[in-house]
Amino acid sequence: FYLTPSQVNSILKANEYSFKVPEFDGKNVSSVLGFDSNQLPANAPIEDRRSAATCLQTRGMLLGVFDGHAGCACAQAVSERLFYYIAVSLLPHETLLEIENAVESGRALLPILQWHKHPNDYFSKEASKLYFNSLRTYWQELIDLNSGETTDVREALINAFKRLDNDISLEAQVGDPNSFLNYLVLRVAFSGATACVAHVDGVDLHIANTGDSRAMLGVQEEDGSWSAVNLSYDHNAQNEHEVERVKMEHPKSEEKSLVKQDRLLGLLMPFRAFGDVKFKWSIELQKRVVESGPDQLNDNEYTKFIPPNYHTPPYLTAEPEVIHHKLRPQDKFLVLATDGLWETMHRQDVARIVGEYLTGVHHQQPIAVGGYKVTLGQMRGLLTERRARISSVFEDQNAATHLIRHAVGNNEFGTVDHERLSKMLSLPEELARMYRDDITIIVVQFNSHVIGAY
Amino acid sequence: ARMFLRLLSDIQWRAAHPKWRRMTSSQRSTSTTAEPHPVSLPAQAQVVICGGGIMGTSVAYHLSKMGWKDIVLLEQGRLAAGTTRFCAGIVSTARPVSIELKMAHYSNRLYQQLEQETGVQTGYMKTGSISLAQTQDRLISLRRIASSLNVMGIPCEIISPKKALQLHPLINIHDLVGAMYVPEDALVSSANVSLALATAASRNGVQIHERTCVSHVTIQKGRVTGVETDRGRIQCEYFVNCAGQWAYELGHSGEEPVHIPLHACEHFYLLTHPVKEPLSSSLPTVVDPDGRIYIRNWQGGILSGGFEKNPKPLFTEGRNQLEIQNLQEDWDHFGPLLDALLRRMPGLEALQIMQLVNCPESFTPDMRCIMGESPTAQGYFVLAGMNSAGISYGGGAGKYLAEWIVNGYPSENVWPLDLKRFGTLQSSRTFLRHRVMEVMPLMCDLKVPRWDFQTGRQLRTSPLYDRLDAQGARWMEKHGFERVKYFVPPGNDLLDLDHSKTFYKPDWFDIVGSEVKCCKEAVCVIDMSSFTKFEISSTGDQALESLQYLFSNDLDVPVGHVVHTGMLNEKGGYENDCSIARLSKRSFFMISPTDQQVHCWAWLKSHLPDDSNLVLEDVTWKYTALNLIGPRAVDVLSELSYAPMTAEHFPSLFCKEMSVGYANGIRVMSITHTGEPGFVLYIPIEYALHVYNEVMNMGQKYGIRNAGYYALRSLRIEKFFAFWGQDLDAFTTPMECGREFQVKLDKGVPFLGQEALWEQKQNGVYKRFTMFILEDHDTDMDLWPWWGEPIFRNGRYVGKTTSSAYSYTLERHVCLGFVHHFDEKTGEELVVTTDFINQGEYEIDIAGQRFQAKAKLYPFSSLFTQRRRKDEVELSGYQRE
Repeated sequence: FYLTPSQVNSILKANEYSFKVPEFDGKNVSSVLGFDSNQLPANAPIEDRRSAATCLQTRGMLLGVFDGHAGCACAQAVSERLFYYIAVSLLPHETLLEIENAVESGRALLPILQWHKHPNDYFSKEASKLYFNSLRTYWQELIDLNSGETTDVREALINAFKRLDNDISLEAQVGDPNSFLNYLVLRVAFSGATACVAHVDGVDLHIANTGDSRAMLGVQEEDGSWSAVNLSYDHNAQNEHEVERVKMEHPKSEEKSLVKQDRLLGLLMPFRAFGDVKFKWSIELQKRVVESGPDQLNDNEYTKFIPPNYHTPPYLTAEPEVIHHKLRPQDKFLVLATDGLWETMHRQDVARIVGEYLTGVHHQQPIAVGGYKVTLGQMRGLLTERRARISSVFEDQNAATHLIRHAVGNNEFGTVDHERLSKMLSLPEELARMYRDDITIIVVQFNSHVIGAY
Repeated sequence: ARMFLRLLSDIQWRAAHPKWRRMTSSQRSTSTTAEPHPVSLPAQAQVVICGGGIMGTSVAYHLSKMGWKDIVLLEQGRLAAGTTRFCAGIVSTARPVSIELKMAHYSNRLYQQLEQETGVQTGYMKTGSISLAQTQDRLISLRRIASSLNVMGIPCEIISPKKALQLHPLINIHDLVGAMYVPEDALVSSANVSLALATAASRNGVQIHERTCVSHVTIQKGRVTGVETDRGRIQCEYFVNCAGQWAYELGHSGEEPVHIPLHACEHFYLLTHPVKEPLSSSLPTVVDPDGRIYIRNWQGGILSGGFEKNPKPLFTEGRNQLEIQNLQEDWDHFGPLLDALLRRMPGLEALQIMQLVNCPESFTPDMRCIMGESPTAQGYFVLAGMNSAGISYGGGAGKYLAEWIVNGYPSENVWPLDLKRFGTLQSSRTFLRHRVMEVMPLMCDLKVPRWDFQTGRQLRTSPLYDRLDAQGARWMEKHGFERVKYFVPPGNDLLDLDHSKTFYKPDWFDIVGSEVKCCKEAVCVIDMSSFTKFEISSTGDQALESLQYLFSNDLDVPVGHVVHTGMLNEKGGYENDCSIARLSKRSFFMISPTDQQVHCWAWLKSHLPDDSNLVLEDVTWKYTALNLIGPRAVDVLSELSYAPMTAEHFPSLFCKEMSVGYANGIRVMSITHTGEPGFVLYIPIEYALHVYNEVMNMGQKYGIRNAGYYALRSLRIEKFFAFWGQDLDAFTTPMECGREFQVKLDKGVPFLGQEALWEQKQNGVYKRFTMFILEDHDTDMDLWPWWGEPIFRNGRYVGKTTSSAYSYTLERHVCLGFVHHFDEKTGEELVVTTDFINQGEYEIDIAGQRFQAKAKLYPFSSLFTQRRRKDEVELSGYQRE
């Protein structure tokens, strides 16, 4: 059973989205040219989410990928809510006051975010009131707290992450009279999500990461070649510092049970996440909430199950690690992607493939024979391979799609193999998860001219 | 690059002329630093040649051979250092254009003896060449070339793929249908050929100065007076621009630009290390046009390059550099050619690459080289734009140009290569850049009859262009002007461009047939605005006097008469063939072929007296010309003008200004270019649309329709009408083409060519323009004639056709061409008599297949329906001789 190239393309392109920063007077004054995003499901339904928005009351652009687990509820909620929390955290006191006054007097609100959404990226209407109230409480507290200091982006990001996770936890504990909403907030809290968010404002790039999604900068070297710079650390068992951190936070007696089979408490891959109250609440709290919760929750084995060796919660935090990077003209693009991409491709290959895609085929390193011994046959093979690489570039109008094509279809030579691509995409639902994970990618392209002028 | 350079120019020319050696040998050691020039430039010379490549050295060689000594050759870098250095060195005579074939043939013979003559090793090796055909169409085109090579006495045969394999054991023949073998084609080291020519020229007294850069040429009163160089000024009478790909820039460097339309493209070829068992240096060169590649043996390995579909033009902005640096190798670009190479010679897979050479070559807008004198600057000659065949043409082209300079005209008709076929309009960089991108791939494309360029179009158009286009016009281009080929009726889809390429019956056959029928039975309108139109007027009789001298027919006719006449050279040959209307006592209106715009202007300018009271004006752009052809043209026109247009009131060959519709001042002439009854309307362009609409509306009841040039061509050829540029050239006299009636030897005033024509009248002619009707030719099944087909009389070659068309009236193909009479023993040309023509059995060779043909010296009178004026009737009198 094979898919034709056009069937493959329609699968790959189903979720692609591109945004170009609009130009004023023929000039794009933003340090961001635009971004391409896409996602390819392996789970049904997909558990990854993505978000992108422009901050309207402050400068800057927010982009994020969210990898859900134990369902998609948490990832969905984070993808809807996190950017509001960040934007609010960044707002100056006066603007917060103005917004609060507007809400108070029933006037129209200043818009805070302009979303850049694919039609498939939905917002849950039912919860919007609940979410809004939580957000409002947050900014009211910020108004009360008014420190008078200018907002630090790093702090704003950390606060926003922590506050949202806190609200998720709180909403689940309080419950909601509406049974649908009540069930929703519980599902959000009992599922989990990692988040990798970029905030770009001029040459200031902040990456806030919680979990094992990853941000990577594509840098073009002077000789035209591409290299990758990591802008986030994975929060998982492979990260020594992270293992160290978890061990520091718990008594020595738990040292052996904390990380088992590279998983937190032998269960969870990411060491930081939103939701996942099973790793945050005390056993009593968990039992109380589950028992008083709706039947669906009670019937669910997963929610009732208490992790083994669960002595000193919380074991999990949503607090992000924030990395700040000053953009340079050679920093051409940023890739945000969930672990579905990174487990199939090395970052160096990602940098090269995206770099060559964005700059066009002409910048493919020219071949020079020089003093090497190359036969005509070898040269033909090499050129054929390079042509194949170029033709796969031409099929895609979206860098993220192009990257997914390579991630799924690459053969051992690093070129897209249609047969392999076709096989991978036609796997039945139940098998797909065995061969690949959900993949979500955002490729942000930077405006070197603007960056160079800073 | 270094290594290659050394290998190709490893030569012994230091032993040449001592003066020259001293000057250049010091520079060879350190080629990058500027050296002091030991020999200062002369203050004056008769000829200054710019460019020390194959072209410049060949011109110098041939000029000095012809006895001219006072010659200076300037080279900005080192001799043979430009494109010549990198040239693949293949001397190939397999050329489709006859004059190019002759040049290549001469070059081959010249190079063969050059080593003996000069003592310089040229690397000449007679290897032969094999051109492969992957398709039947390709084989047809090879057969056509083979036919013309054979009649020139150049050995050549069409061979089977198996035979090709015997000649070259590496060829994969599985996809071949045949091949052409030219055993005398050769390989040379082109740089060394150039140095050998330089050596010989130097011995003959030519001064050669390297590292001397010409900044511009000074021109005063339309004549070359000298050149400015970075080492001072040289006064000269003649300047020869052989600057290769820099010729365009050099032409534009002076105050008065000389337009030399050429543009460089990158050209790639591959060099390999030797094969394990090194290839023999006598292994034939392989040309695989369908694979777009050529392959020659080189140092035991191979050299293989080609003409890709997507060429890379360069230096559009005119970047200059002293010597062509070895440009970047581009393997990705070369990929398809490498594929083709390994498909053709799979055994070479393990062969090790030495280098991919990137060598820019210059290309011209029509794939033919550029030679001749500037139309604006006397004494400014050009030889450049070799379209990647410089080494093949070098010898012959240099010879023709030297003859041109010394004698005023070369020994062969070189109009197809004449600089004057171009004007300023082909000189736009954008045009050239786009056009050469089409021309370079064309080197390998199939050359089918009536191929039109697709780039650089819609430059000059008639005001009716959109109107005609909307009615289904299909266009061709002449001298930048869009002309209609035919009109595709609605709902009648023709094949697409690629599929309409054929050597057989074309898909427009029936369409043109119905246009022809309409011309014969009703009336058609053809837009002929592209024709060149001049007005010559004077305050006194200067105009008449000058024209009487320049034209062979008698122009002292009553006002309102139109005269067909040749504009002849000293030898009586046609420089132009035109129709001249006497508008008034002192003004004349002259119509010539489209591509005469530059040539005719230059000819008149140089021959008319310098008299401010005599005015010559190019009015081509002022008038739209509509040709009404057919028996009902007279009805249409008389209804539109309320004037009687019948033969009694408006006889043939008359010109009158009148009103047509609302528009006044339309110049109406009772001429057609086909022999059908009809009129040409010269309409001031602002009235063009109005008059066209009126004609079409009024014509409806007479069955009027649009027609194109293909119908026109069929009509004129079946009536034995010769066209300048196609049938007539500077080597053809009116006597040789049955046009004595257009020559008034006794008109009472002397005229150019008169003596030569007298002589011909007395002694007879050495060739005769003849019409051939193909007898056993099946229009549906057989290959169509085109032009250039050999004519055989009683089995012996007597000449070539110059044009051909299907006659829808005769339902036969008609070919026009010249018959010579070569002595059976000596090959000497003898007088061609009427009897000689009439008493022969003729055959026309179309791609190797011979068809019986009936020769005629006069047209079928049954084809003429109109009453003809006296001087046209003389034609019939001439027939009775």
